[in-house]
Amino acid sequence: MKTEDKYIKDITEIRSMMERSTKFLSLSGLSGILAGIYALVGAYIAYRLFYVNNENIVYNTIDRQEISAEVGNLIILALAILILAVGTAVFLSQKKSQKDGEKLWNSATQRVVINMAIPLVTGGIFIIILLSKGLYGLLAPASLLFYGLALVNTSKFTFEEIKSLGIVQIVLGLLASYFIGYGIFFWAFGFGLMHIVYGIFMHQKYEM
Amino acid sequence: MKVIIDGLRKAFESRVRLGIMSALAVNDTLEFTALKEYLDVTDGNLASHIKALEKEEFIGVKKSFVNRKPNTRYFMTKQGKKAFEEHIMALEKLINSHK
Repeated sequence: MKTEDKYIKDITEIRSMMERSTKFLSLSGLSGILAGIYALVGAYIAYRLFYVNNENIVYNTIDRQEISAEVGNLIILALAILILAVGTAVFLSQKKSQKDGEKLWNSATQRVVINMAIPLVTGGIFIIILLSKGLYGLLAPASLLFYGLALVNTSKFTFEEIKSLGIVQIVLGLLASYFIGYGIFFWAFGFGLMHIVYGIFMHQKYEM
Repeated sequence: MKVIIDGLRKAFESRVRLGIMSALAVNDTLEFTALKEYLDVTDGNLASHIKALEKEEFIGVKKSFVNRKPNTRYFMTKQGKKAFEEHIMALEKLINSHK
């Protein structure tokens, strides 16, 4: 029957167009897996080099001069991980959108970037303020919390799974702020392991 | 525009026009180039469909300058929104009645 098929096709077409024009679907699961690996390597380096498993870390009882050099290295390490992870995500998204015949920088991408950027930039500034006050122990919880909020905030404009990943990061962030001194383990679990798990899941679901 | 059968609108019969309306239903405004990319059609083809929808007053045009370059954005009018919603409802009804 010609007409009924056409109606169903019309509805499918409407749905797909609405989704394509609002959602950023060029994110590759591989980006998540790689970001997770970078984070785990970074957490390991940080643990070996700087980590003091001590509740006093929050109150900065150590000489300020001594700790500021370590913190400087920690910031460089964190920035390196961030640049690698974001760079990988942009590169793989570019490849995926090329394959799908779409431009990467469209209105859907812009929405994702803006909705991510507001909580992330807020979190970044907040963390810099924490560091300047010597509250190093809150670095891991704060980064998990703001990253989680950014993901939840962005999830309506991309794959729906991102929302649950965001909630996981928020819960980890709260736990890390309670069990202060173990922040790096929660951080490695959230940014490392969870990215890998979600990356594999999304790669299998959407790219196989 | 007359209602043709069961609330379906002739103006939305074409795939391109249906696509334009769907994209504008979920975006406040869209540029010509963005629509072109989503629909994968030629400039001329898209322009003629846009003109037809404009004539029905289902979509409107906002012209402005961004960095001194002309920028044309399209949006859905209230009338267009109503017509599009009715069209979707009619489609759903027709599909359900065939079951």
